[in-house]
Amino acid sequence: MRRTMGVAAASAVVVLVAGCGGGGPQSSGDQKLTGGKVVLGVLNDQSGAYSELSGKNSVAAVEMAIADFTAKYGDKAVTRDITVETADHQNKPDVANSKAQEMYDRKGVDLILDVPTSSAALKVADVAKEKKKLYFNIGAATTDLTGKSCNKYTFHYAYDTYMLANGTGKTTTEQIGKNWYILYPNYAFGQDMEKSFSTAITAAGGAVVGKDGAPFPNTSGDFSTFLLKAPNLNPKPDVLGTMQAGAELVNVVKQYNEFKLRDKGVGLAVGLMFLTDIHSLTPAALAGTTYTDAWYWNFDAKNREFADRFQGKAGTRPTFAHAANYSAALQYLEAVQAAGTDDADAVVKGLEGKTVEDVFLRNGKIRAEDHRVVHDAYLAQVKPQSEVTEPWDYVKVLKTIPAAEAFRAPSADCKL
Amino acid sequence: MSGFAQNTFNGLVSGAFYALLALGLAVIFGMLRVVNFAHGAFYMLGAFGAYVLLTEAGVPFWAALVIMPVGLGLLGMALERAVIHRLTTLDPLYNFLLTFGLTLILQDLVKLRYGVQSSPYETPSLLSGSVDFGLFDFPTYRVFILGFTVLLCVAVWWVLTRTRIGMVVRASTERPDLTRAFGIDVGRWVTPVFGFGIGLAGLAGVLAAPMRAVNPLMGADLIIVVFAVVVIGGLGSIFGSVAAGFGIGLVQAWGEAYLSNFPLVSQTIVFVVMAGVLLWRPAGLFGREEAPA
Repeated sequence: MRRTMGVAAASAVVVLVAGCGGGGPQSSGDQKLTGGKVVLGVLNDQSGAYSELSGKNSVAAVEMAIADFTAKYGDKAVTRDITVETADHQNKPDVANSKAQEMYDRKGVDLILDVPTSSAALKVADVAKEKKKLYFNIGAATTDLTGKSCNKYTFHYAYDTYMLANGTGKTTTEQIGKNWYILYPNYAFGQDMEKSFSTAITAAGGAVVGKDGAPFPNTSGDFSTFLLKAPNLNPKPDVLGTMQAGAELVNVVKQYNEFKLRDKGVGLAVGLMFLTDIHSLTPAALAGTTYTDAWYWNFDAKNREFADRFQGKAGTRPTFAHAANYSAALQYLEAVQAAGTDDADAVVKGLEGKTVEDVFLRNGKIRAEDHRVVHDAYLAQVKPQSEVTEPWDYVKVLKTIPAAEAFRAPSADCKL
Repeated sequence: MSGFAQNTFNGLVSGAFYALLALGLAVIFGMLRVVNFAHGAFYMLGAFGAYVLLTEAGVPFWAALVIMPVGLGLLGMALERAVIHRLTTLDPLYNFLLTFGLTLILQDLVKLRYGVQSSPYETPSLLSGSVDFGLFDFPTYRVFILGFTVLLCVAVWWVLTRTRIGMVVRASTERPDLTRAFGIDVGRWVTPVFGFGIGLAGLAGVLAAPMRAVNPLMGADLIIVVFAVVVIGGLGSIFGSVAAGFGIGLVQAWGEAYLSNFPLVSQTIVFVVMAGVLLWRPAGLFGREEAPA
């Protein structure tokens, strides 16, 4: 019923937007900035499963970027009038679609940021293409954003399923065990993750001895059928690779510990994990688990300085999604500053092929071929409880994966 | 063989949660003719309450197992007195609006204070090991849940069938008008029965805390299946809700284990069963056809 109401509300919005088709912002003639100002739009999950790892705190990160930009350029800034619009897409593609249209058409948004949930992220890419307005995706994982669904106005900023699989799948196969059992949520993201991991594992000399798509959403909250099956497979897997995210990941890990799979010789590898997931499971429940991180707040002094400022504003430590939102907003504003206009085509031209360096992007480069933003990634391991000395410092970085290796080569499917 | 036994055991553990929740819904519906859409929210409050008691007051699992059901039962009784009892004279649509609205309010209140991220809750140390059944071993905590739930269901059954209170409640549940005609004050039992149903939901929540993700939406997903369970068992049928609860737990576990090549089948199997039951016996497996009004 809730869904029905949501759909009804969304259709109402679509009708309204369509009805006001001609009523967009007035063309501003020879002005350099549309409407005389720059508007950044943060479109993400503000109430559901992904609202802690990104959500409202990503808005705070974008505000930090605006403040830093204004402080850096002062009177020389292309404008001092930079505002933020936000909307909750509830992880629903139809809502994301109508909210994105509303942002571009009626709120005068120049750039949409974040957009977690792959299915919603792909919808917004279509809107950006149609409206010829910029879109930096941060929160979603699908490689389709830089593959068959790529377009001139869409950039994929923080991470993707290839990066996760390449880091975690390869290293775990080399260091922990060759035989994998993969458990994934049976929808677009999970299927994409399973494929990426299987490829990476096989390439590293390992084997996938079993895989199962668990119902999504798993209404019973129970994964024990799969967890019981794992140690009894022949050959026995060395590693359970779970691709679940958010609350489902919490369920899997709780039950993995309950069935004592580690004692039965089955290690744990997690496909996608955010700092907030470790916080809610406690490091004790995950100790020793390796995963690929796009950024870690306590990696070096530069990150820590950012994390301290972020904590002052948001009251918590930043996830990589927060840092990436900050970086994306900052790099966009820098590009507008350099181009002297917020005209999307001019900004895209300035961004393509640019090498960038900031708190989030290390050895960063904005690829012209597919608009993948490549940067260093990190292989991380959850510390045992005894080594956790301050709140939120749950992870040690085992190694840095150089930008050139962390992401896949530009896909032939992408034609900008 | 051991795999089958393990899957069966797991199905029964999942079924235990369905049974506890469905039992509460069944007595509430029987007595009040109110479908309590807020049941999942009280389940969530039970789990969250246990978490808050532990982290903010150091109250252990065992105490929470008593405090939360009693506390939520009292809250349920207050709610019944304040708003729920007004539903009896109103169009059934208001039943939906009120209880669903309550769900949203409760969920968002918890969200406001604790966010949507899941909160950690440890298995009590006494139950953290595993039990060796020869063929296979099984987490002690799951064995405990199953044993505890079965005992509780037997106790409820005993109270309902062997005591005078139970007889009155059963009579008022299954034939409220007739019971009233016998001169029994049905109204007197409405508030405690509502509280009891809510208390069961809270209890299920506390039991879930160590093995499920504790977050504001944990009840929202589960309750959909529980409604299917209640419909299958027969709305208002006490035995039916418990039997269907365990039955659906088994069907889900077996479906996941043996139909894993057909993920869509194992995902929808509960609702396929529900549709089948509705076609074959519209009042549910153990339900009674409502007399035409």
